Amino acid sequence: MSPLSGTRAMARLVLRRDRVRLAVWVLALLALVLSSVASVTSLYATASQREAYTAAVGDNPVAVIMGGPGTGLPSLGAIVVFEVAVVGYVAVGLMSVLLVVRSTRAEEEAGRTELLRAGPVGRWAGPAAALAVVAGADLAVGVGTALGTAALGLDLSGSLALGASLAAFGLVMAAVALLAAQVSEHARAASGLGAALLGAFFVLRAAGDVGDGALSWASPMGWALAVRPFAGERWAVLLLPLALAVALATAALLLLDRRDVGAGLVAVRPGPATASSRLAGPLGLAVRQHRAAVAGWGAGLFLLGAAYGSVGESVQELVSQNEALAAFLAAGGTDLVDSFFALAAAMMALAGGGLALQVATRVRAEEVAGRLEPLLATALPRWRSAAAHLVVAAVGVALVLALAGLGLGLAHAALTEDAGQVPRLLGAALVHVPAAWVLVGATALLFGWAPRATGAAWALLAGSAVVVLLGQTLRLPGWVVDLSPFSVVPAVPAEHLAVAPLVWLTALALALAAAGVAGLARRDVG
Amino acid sequence: MGIAIDVAGLVKTFARTRALDGLDLRVQQREVHGFLGPNGAGKSTTIRVLLGLLRPDSGTARLLGGDPWGDAVALHRRLAYVPGDVTLWPGLTGGEVIDLLGRLRGGLDAGRRAELLERFDLDPTKRARSYSKGNRQKVALVAALASDVELLVLDEPTSGLDPVMEAVFQDCILRARAQGCTVLLSSHVLAEVEALCDSVSIIRLGRTVQSGTLADLRHLTRTAMSVETAIPVSGLEHLPGVHGLSSSGTRARFDVDAEQLDAVVGLLHRHGLRSLTSQPPTMEELFLRHYGDALEDAPVRVR
Repeated sequence: MSPLSGTRAMARLVLRRDRVRLAVWVLALLALVLSSVASVTSLYATASQREAYTAAVGDNPVAVIMGGPGTGLPSLGAIVVFEVAVVGYVAVGLMSVLLVVRSTRAEEEAGRTELLRAGPVGRWAGPAAALAVVAGADLAVGVGTALGTAALGLDLSGSLALGASLAAFGLVMAAVALLAAQVSEHARAASGLGAALLGAFFVLRAAGDVGDGALSWASPMGWALAVRPFAGERWAVLLLPLALAVALATAALLLLDRRDVGAGLVAVRPGPATASSRLAGPLGLAVRQHRAAVAGWGAGLFLLGAAYGSVGESVQELVSQNEALAAFLAAGGTDLVDSFFALAAAMMALAGGGLALQVATRVRAEEVAGRLEPLLATALPRWRSAAAHLVVAAVGVALVLALAGLGLGLAHAALTEDAGQVPRLLGAALVHVPAAWVLVGATALLFGWAPRATGAAWALLAGSAVVVLLGQTLRLPGWVVDLSPFSVVPAVPAEHLAVAPLVWLTALALALAAAGVAGLARRDVG
Repeated sequence: MGIAIDVAGLVKTFARTRALDGLDLRVQQREVHGFLGPNGAGKSTTIRVLLGLLRPDSGTARLLGGDPWGDAVALHRRLAYVPGDVTLWPGLTGGEVIDLLGRLRGGLDAGRRAELLERFDLDPTKRARSYSKGNRQKVALVAALASDVELLVLDEPTSGLDPVMEAVFQDCILRARAQGCTVLLSSHVLAEVEALCDSVSIIRLGRTVQSGTLADLRHLTRTAMSVETAIPVSGLEHLPGVHGLSSSGTRARFDVDAEQLDAVVGLLHRHGLRSLTSQPPTMEELFLRHYGDALEDAPVRVR
């Protein structure tokens, strides 16, 4: 029996399990990339706008970190690559890592791989099927990007190169994830390792692009940019990621051959034999379950805040030469830098909302996994079991938004030598906390009254993201905009701090949570 | 002695299935009560109702003198529960889970915890995700047995244990009973039921089909007899309670209901009994009779 026999059936299983997930990832990625391409083509329609853009960002190290070397600026295609490519690589890389780990190590950890491998299925069939399906998704993103970008009026050859570089980088990250899935026994650790390597590739490329470019060649993300879409495409460079993907996937399969099902290459260390005094109740348990996520999101948002904070000053320069961008940022005509910071804070608040939902929706995951039942069979009131997760979500999102605001404020204060910016920008991030609490309250309401639909709380965040980021572009009607808790928040520091909406949002969040807990008290559990 | 669990006419319907259909269950204090029935009969649903996790559609349930739904928290201080399918928090160690569950119940006996860990041969420093099914069950058992409670609710607690651990488990349950603890034990291990239980309830399709002591249950079933007599026995086929008679000359084989045993032996006696072997029903026969489809044509008395 070949180690690959059964691959086709396994691929069908992956497609069946992840059909919705795959479609959502690919479509969301294409929407992200193509809407950015569309906005770039409209914002930088004239040669003078493109030259002003290049003058403002071309040598700005922070912009280069986020955008790449900027080869071929000031052509429109080069601006598209500068604005879109790196974000696209990170997103497609994240998609590949999460999807591959989900179909490999997560299945193995859940014990389902054992069941399948006991049948006439080769050792490599599962990983090969996962890799094939995810490679297909990467390819769909690449083809969609190429066709969409060309359809938006850009050069076909450059569009194809941009799409190909996205697909190739996605493929590398899928192979990286397959290798990471061999190392640890646990799916979360494998995803974390994959994401950390994605981060390392980003940092290597950023350091190389800011410096003399040599380090960029040490990163697959650097290779993707070195294909140079719209700047004299170098198709041969695509062979590098392809070769690396093949090498990594082969290494993963060889490692798979050397280990037992369910085992990793790294052994698990024993833990404490008794619980510490902090693990005495549901809150201690919830803190324990979520502390890593809160710390990770906090560190990430602090760095993101610092990145936004360090570009704030150059926004003034950039925007003063581009009326379209100025109009986008400051509909009200206030200070442009402050408008930029208000927008940055809103975007980071949306990310923080992701943490709030990740923590809050866990309460339903615990019930489904059967871990709520043993807790409720003890002398624990129902409301406390749910409230623990909701409280950690509420406090956690406040913490990570405070860190985001600190990052923003400290970076801007360091550049302007004005310490007063720290509390100002901290406030800009913190005003969004009550809106994030509404997400937590909505999760509680769903959990209490419609537990199967708890995940629908994510739709509120996704809708809020569309409203905040694209509301003006899409010209959404006012009542649609008002459905998002985030659109009620005053755009501090561009606007004055209005306290009333924050009080209302907090009251709404509390009411939703109370209603949800009341529902939980009435319904069947399990 | 008081009544620890008193359930009458319990009905619980999920979307399409009627999981409980008028179930009755009565458990005396200080007894080990076996709760038996085929898969899907409604054992776990009943236990979840008793734990206040599910609200019944109709019927009454009393637990330790309280209402399982309304007084859940107060009642749970007095009981410990071991689920049939133990899932633990993956990042916590077994020792941490035991302490957490014990603290939530109001504290556990550190000495007994150490002793139980030793007896069940459980390593408390391992992460919960690396425990086997049997070891996860041991974690839940240690957490339950190390706490000082009046009632143990155990839902197939030994389905993953090896025979040595099964013996340890039985010893622990007998000790708990000796200390005055009531035990509701759902189980498929008939030897375990025979060794531990004072009385049993058998349920099927959400209803109680039989309840009583094991001796009572034996009494309700048939004894297999094989006899040889001096002259061929006549009239056996006309006696009530005789089933599956096959005879040739002076030999006969048949099953007889326990109530008719005296009449049958009297008849045999008049024909000059030469040899008689009788086999009481095994536990397996006892339960298969209630689990299987033969139920419909067997008259059943519910106490």
